[in-house]
Amino acid sequence: MGRLLLRLLFVVALPVVLVAVWWAASAGSTDPFWPPLRTILDTFPEVWTADRLRTDVVPSILRLLAGYATAALVGVALGTVIGSYRTVRAVCEPVLEFLRAVPPPVLVPVIMLFAGIGDGMKIVVIASGCVWPILLNTVEGVRAVDSVMLETARSYGVTGLARLRHLVLRSASPQIFAGLRQALSIGIILMVISEMFAANNGIGFTVVQFQRSFAIPDMWTGILVLGLLGFLLSVVFQLVERRVLGWYHGLRATTRRS
Amino acid sequence: MKGVNVALGAAGLAAFLALGEAVPRLGLVKEAYFPPTSRIAGALADEVTDSAFWQALGDTLTGWALGLAIAVCAGVVAGVVVSIVPYLREATASTIEFLRPIPSVALIPLAVLLYGTELRSVLLLVVYASFWQVLIQTLYGVQDVDPVAEETARSYGLGTWARVRHVLWPTALPYVMTGVRLAAAVALILAITAELVIGAPGLGQQIAVAQTSQAVPEMYALIVVAGLLGLLINVGARTVERRALAWHQSVRGEVAV
Repeated sequence: MGRLLLRLLFVVALPVVLVAVWWAASAGSTDPFWPPLRTILDTFPEVWTADRLRTDVVPSILRLLAGYATAALVGVALGTVIGSYRTVRAVCEPVLEFLRAVPPPVLVPVIMLFAGIGDGMKIVVIASGCVWPILLNTVEGVRAVDSVMLETARSYGVTGLARLRHLVLRSASPQIFAGLRQALSIGIILMVISEMFAANNGIGFTVVQFQRSFAIPDMWTGILVLGLLGFLLSVVFQLVERRVLGWYHGLRATTRRS
Repeated sequence: MKGVNVALGAAGLAAFLALGEAVPRLGLVKEAYFPPTSRIAGALADEVTDSAFWQALGDTLTGWALGLAIAVCAGVVAGVVVSIVPYLREATASTIEFLRPIPSVALIPLAVLLYGTELRSVLLLVVYASFWQVLIQTLYGVQDVDPVAEETARSYGLGTWARVRHVLWPTALPYVMTGVRLAAAVALILAITAELVIGAPGLGQQIAVAQTSQAVPEMYALIVVAGLLGLLINVGARTVERRALAWHQSVRGEVAV
């Protein structure tokens, strides 16, 4: 019991101290850009009403999820194909390396040319930025599938979809998840930026709107919302990862102990 | 084998460029949106002779390098201090877990208000984004120190500084290098993003200008430059990593990562 309390203390102590410092340091602030934390928190419920959640936050999240899911599907599918055939890999590698190296936000102006400024544009932007880490990590993962296991599967007559599902994707999954994790943070960046460029709703759009109209406390609440969103998505991702890769982490822990 | 791979890679690249030439010429997409490779190459050639282009490239590289350097120093120092001071690691874990996933672009409006289009705007975003990469890797690395080596150093009477220098640092270095490599890529993304969205001088700003003035081939040419820059940074970071870790098992053992 005492130990649990101590651990809880460790978890909450520093955040509490930091928030307290922010509260105290900004309390009498007259600097327009650094409003008192009190004002920001007071503004929060006024700005982020249920209505605003429906018109701005939900569309943002839906676009992010649509783009991310598309990128995951395309990345894993293409990555499996490219990773499985050595010749295909050799042909594609330089081009893929180049495409990955292009900083994803510069795609926003290009995709605006093709897809206008609607939801489609934002989903395409998010997908086209997220796809590279997933694709390249899948290629690496599929490439590294144990050849003894591949031979064993073959001699037991495990072929086709069963082989793909139970052996290839399974053993590549730690790598695939590493790619998905990188893609998630790129996805959030692209979601915000595509909305800052051209949009009529979304969190990014709203935050910039506040900044341009010098509604500074409102802008700060927007920053907080983006922070909370990033944090929540990363927690959800960790939960999913722990479930899906449970076998792998268990295996790692066992080998390390022995 | 290697020669064959290079040849295949070159063939793939050539096919990619040829496709870029053929698709708009055949009218599959509008030339106004997606100019053929040759026109992009022409625009690129024009850019290279323009001094404004080199100025922009220099601005981008300055923001990138300065931001990366600050982030790496701060990340390594913070990582080492947090790991060797008792209880500090437990006390900071929750805060780090909370701050790390906050998207750095959330700071764009704040950066605009505080610094406008100055270099400091770019630095704020670049440093925030790449700091976490280095910090987390440093923390992992320091945790990986072999307790036997640590105890041995202690029993030989090495002081704190000597232990950091001879035991902790060599263990953590491979992790730190991975962090630096990741941070280098992230820093470029954020530098160009800041220029694109905020309008700080640099390649990103040039891309935004080309877009608003409908100079489509120039826009593509600048994007190609940004991609090449990213490629150079990736390759460069890997080379530095391999050099710095030439003594390390992972490099000597030659398992290409």
